[in-house]
Amino acid sequence: MNNILETKNLKKIYHTEKQETLAVEDFSFNINEGEFVAIVGPSGCGKSTILSILCGLESKSDGEIKLNKNTKIGYMLQQDSLFEWRNILSNCLLGLEINKSLNQKTKKKVIDLLNTYGLKDFIYSYPDNLSGGMRQRVALIRTLATNPNLLLLDEPFSALDYQSRLAISDDIYNILRKEKKTMIMVTHDIAEAISMCDKVIVLTSRPAKIKSIYNIELENKSTPVNNRKDKKFSYYYDSIWKDIDYHV
Amino acid sequence: MYSLEHKKYLKKIKKDKITTIIYQITIFIIFITLWQILANLDIINTFIFSSPKRIINTIINLYNKEHLLNHIWITVYETFISFLSATIIGTIIATILWWNKKLQKVIEPYLTILNSLPKVALGPIIIIWFGAGIKSIIFMALLISLIITIINVYEGFNSVNKNKIKLMKSLNATKSQIFFKLIFPNSINTIISALKINVSMSLIGVIMGEFLVSKKGIGYLILYGSQIFNLDLVMSGIIILCIVATALYYLIYYVEKIYEKTTH
Ligand SMILES: Nc1ncnc2c1ncn2[C@@H]1O[C@H](COP(=O)(O)OP(=O)(O)OP(=O)(O)O)[C@@H](O)[C@H]1O
Ligand SMILES: [Mg+2]
Repeated sequence: MNNILETKNLKKIYHTEKQETLAVEDFSFNINEGEFVAIVGPSGCGKSTILSILCGLESKSDGEIKLNKNTKIGYMLQQDSLFEWRNILSNCLLGLEINKSLNQKTKKKVIDLLNTYGLKDFIYSYPDNLSGGMRQRVALIRTLATNPNLLLLDEPFSALDYQSRLAISDDIYNILRKEKKTMIMVTHDIAEAISMCDKVIVLTSRPAKIKSIYNIELENKSTPVNNRKDKKFSYYYDSIWKDIDYHV
Repeated sequence: MYSLEHKKYLKKIKKDKITTIIYQITIFIIFITLWQILANLDIINTFIFSSPKRIINTIINLYNKEHLLNHIWITVYETFISFLSATIIGTIIATILWWNKKLQKVIEPYLTILNSLPKVALGPIIIIWFGAGIKSIIFMALLISLIITIINVYEGFNSVNKNKIKLMKSLNATKSQIFFKLIFPNSINTIISALKINVSMSLIGVIMGEFLVSKKGIGYLILYGSQIFNLDLVMSGIIILCIVATALYYLIYYVEKIYEKTTH
């Protein structure tokens, strides 16, 4: 399999006038085309920072990033940041407008996605009239609209209730697998990480360093909902749980 | 169809609105009648305090003999010109400052000084520069509303949520895309509230300007009235000014409402 992204000894220091914050240190990993990787770690450890660096939004302080040519990154930020003055459809078309690839075909694809994700009746509504979970789905569709092949998802399902969370993670999983996308997902939900991804990276508390990497090898790899019932699921769950430093 | 409870609720709201209006009208009528009665009984001196009747007569007189509409038009015209130019120029300057943060930092103290300076103090200089005419009046009004527009709009531009900017960057937006797709539309509300302030500011500026130089306009009527000690004229001018100011305010208010309707 092709290596799509590789990082070596990534380091990030945030500077403000009052202080400097070491957020990420010695972060090395690689991800192959088509792989799903989850990043889990204590709150505030530097997970979002890592995604921002990979996407080029934040500069790195040290280290290397090797990105395969022809890789198009789609980044779903932790906050949905929908524009209140645009309706749902035009929020989703933002990326296409910006890279000037908005046409009938790309627009239709976005409308199809909105229909699939239960937003059919809200296409012309404004973000203020949507629930948190719906807004998150819109943000995800906005990310998918430009047809990226490497997806960076920052807590993509955090605003959803448990039921829709399971359903949507199944859907997303199927879509991304079918279209052979590569995905890096930040989540605080260990079960979600194990059930959706091929690899789980556990980070230490800040500064984020890699504590352990798990290659998830289930007995019967299937969809996320089914994976949760796998025999080896609880083994991974317990091990990862123990690896994360929870401060109470 | 609404439920019975909702109908009751709507009815109550309507009733509350109507009572408020009734109170407002009653206060107005009591005030006017009292004023007139006191004047009729010679308890107040109508030479100094005028009276509703005399004011109405003066206004009718102004309308018939003194081209009242012309005076009103001149004031409104001057207000609009300075108001529009302040809004447009102010927004453009705020945009330049947003584009160039360094320039903004350098210029900031000068803006603060200009903003805190009472612009009327510049009156004499403005008259010397622009002559005793309409140009001076418009420039005066422009000065008064321009600086505050720049400051307000610029703050609006800068108060855009950081995560939204991050989102635009993650979609590879250029700086001008960030401005036109995010910063500007996000600030339209701020700009509209700036408009509301501006229209009153401009009117203040225009009246001040008319006090200083003019031969026409509502400000001129008021000043002229006080010079010849015709308090009827002064009061009439103030009443007309009240009406004009309210009308201008509501004009902007309806622009805002229309804008809100088109977006939601
Ligand atoms: N722009 C910034 N300037 C300064 N410090 C920052 C900045 N962004 C993040 N930090 C700091 O870097 C650390 C890591 O932040 P980050 O958002 O990456 O954490 P996270 O793991 O995503 O947290 P969470 O689980 O709450 O989303 C935090 O201590 C945070 O305060
Ligand atoms: Mg985060």
